[in-house]
Amino acid sequence: MTAIHTTISRRRFVRLAGAAGALGAVGMMGCAAQGQAPRGRVVVIGGGFGGATAAKYVKKADPAIDVTLVEQNPKFTTCPYSNLVLGGLRKMEDITFGYGALADKHGVRVVHDAAVSVDPAQRTVRLRGGQTLNYDKLIMSPGIDIRWNALAGYDEAASQVMPHAWRAGEQTVLLRRQLESMPDGGLVIMVAPANPFRCPPGPYERSCMIGHYLKTNKPRSKLLILDAKDQISKQGLFTDAWAKVYPNIVEWVPLSKDGKVTKVDVREMTVETEFGKRHRGNVVNVIPPQKAGAIADAAGVADQTGWCPVDPMTMESKLQKNIHVIGDASNAAPMPKSGFAANSQAKVVATAVVDMMNGRTPGAPAWLNTCYSHVAPNYGISVVNVYRATPQAFVEVQGSGGVSPVQAPPAMRVQEALFADAWYESITADMFG
Amino acid sequence: MALGSKILLVAGLLTLVACPAEAQTAAPSGAMLGAACVLCHGPDSAGAGAVPGLKGHNKDYLVVMMKAFRSGERPATVMGRVAKGFSDAEIDAVSAYYAGLK
Repeated sequence: MTAIHTTISRRRFVRLAGAAGALGAVGMMGCAAQGQAPRGRVVVIGGGFGGATAAKYVKKADPAIDVTLVEQNPKFTTCPYSNLVLGGLRKMEDITFGYGALADKHGVRVVHDAAVSVDPAQRTVRLRGGQTLNYDKLIMSPGIDIRWNALAGYDEAASQVMPHAWRAGEQTVLLRRQLESMPDGGLVIMVAPANPFRCPPGPYERSCMIGHYLKTNKPRSKLLILDAKDQISKQGLFTDAWAKVYPNIVEWVPLSKDGKVTKVDVREMTVETEFGKRHRGNVVNVIPPQKAGAIADAAGVADQTGWCPVDPMTMESKLQKNIHVIGDASNAAPMPKSGFAANSQAKVVATAVVDMMNGRTPGAPAWLNTCYSHVAPNYGISVVNVYRATPQAFVEVQGSGGVSPVQAPPAMRVQEALFADAWYESITADMFG
Repeated sequence: MALGSKILLVAGLLTLVACPAEAQTAAPSGAMLGAACVLCHGPDSAGAGAVPGLKGHNKDYLVVMMKAFRSGERPATVMGRVAKGFSDAEIDAVSAYYAGLK
């Protein structure tokens, strides 16, 4: 009897100890406020460059605030550096991160579920799993959704044949596999969208990385970029790179040369331009028109443009009180839709939200953006922007920023490639470390 | 160069430098101005790969470096373009912030 009793006790003890440990982690927030209720509740929707950073920095600035991060995926694959996977310079596991440190090290409650609706009046978020979360402040960083059918013939099913790979993950793997199975001498077509869209230099970095793959593996092949624009990010630098690094491999067709694609046909593997020219590709990468992630619509924070207008001083929605929108979903023009900008905005919003919840007036914001692009191994280029705010607008500081010089010694290109790697290591550690 | 045009040149430079401060209503704090630095200079601004660390450096050193990047006196790959967005007061604030980190 005694032996059995002891065994049961030990089992119960272990179970209880485990439960106590779990309670302890939750209770820590209470401890910071000396046993009182938490200062308030912040819910963050979306665990990408904006959301993961915002959740961590709210908690860092005020541990007494209860922070819940809602993210449906257990792992996050970064769009930055996914072009390097296409080029064969990185593997998927190099660009995939987990949320363990946010939960264990920083005390963020991470809920892997999808937010399906927001009630701004009741200040609640409903999750697909049925749970309802209450908030004092909601930070939304839902990223982008594709405008399916905005380009005729391009719906969700079509993206399984002509991948967009504009949200990294399975789509990246699919496009990479298609490039690998394409015969030498094949044609890759990239369809590039009109502004605004996620990552302005992204299509052109991708063109270089695909160019690199073709040059080193299938040198008789070609990449044709059909673009809905005449002006692109880092234009002089990419034009120079196409001519010097990828001659006869990458060709760019701008809007004014009938580059705008208006229709795609996945059965024929063709795309059709504004003036009726049809191109058939072995691989077709369609970077389609985009809008703020669907939950932004459901919460009533997106306007008729599909993006979310925000107050520059606090990133608070101009349409709903107590909801702040950051990252690609927000309209923070002239700031670009980039991972760097989303991280920079996350720190502004974290500071503002913590100030507001502590009864302080938020201080003046400041943002920075630096976007590196890899043109080839040991060949990097960049664009820098510095931003401040007026109460009405985001303002780029006059005379600041700019792109890498077109005429630069190879050493500078090598250095920028190394700086890009340092950036990737640093920003992912800032988000997930 | 005539003295008159020298004065004009100096006045022109001053106007250029004054612009960043005019773009905002209040001054951002050193911590706010420095929030994005860690995205290249490593977690805790301790450096990453080819990019040097920032924290714990002498404040005057950081101020001098930022101003030299801004003027072009010190050639730069990226920092010249960043520094051109910072006013004197902002350089002072962000340098004090990083000098104060242990």
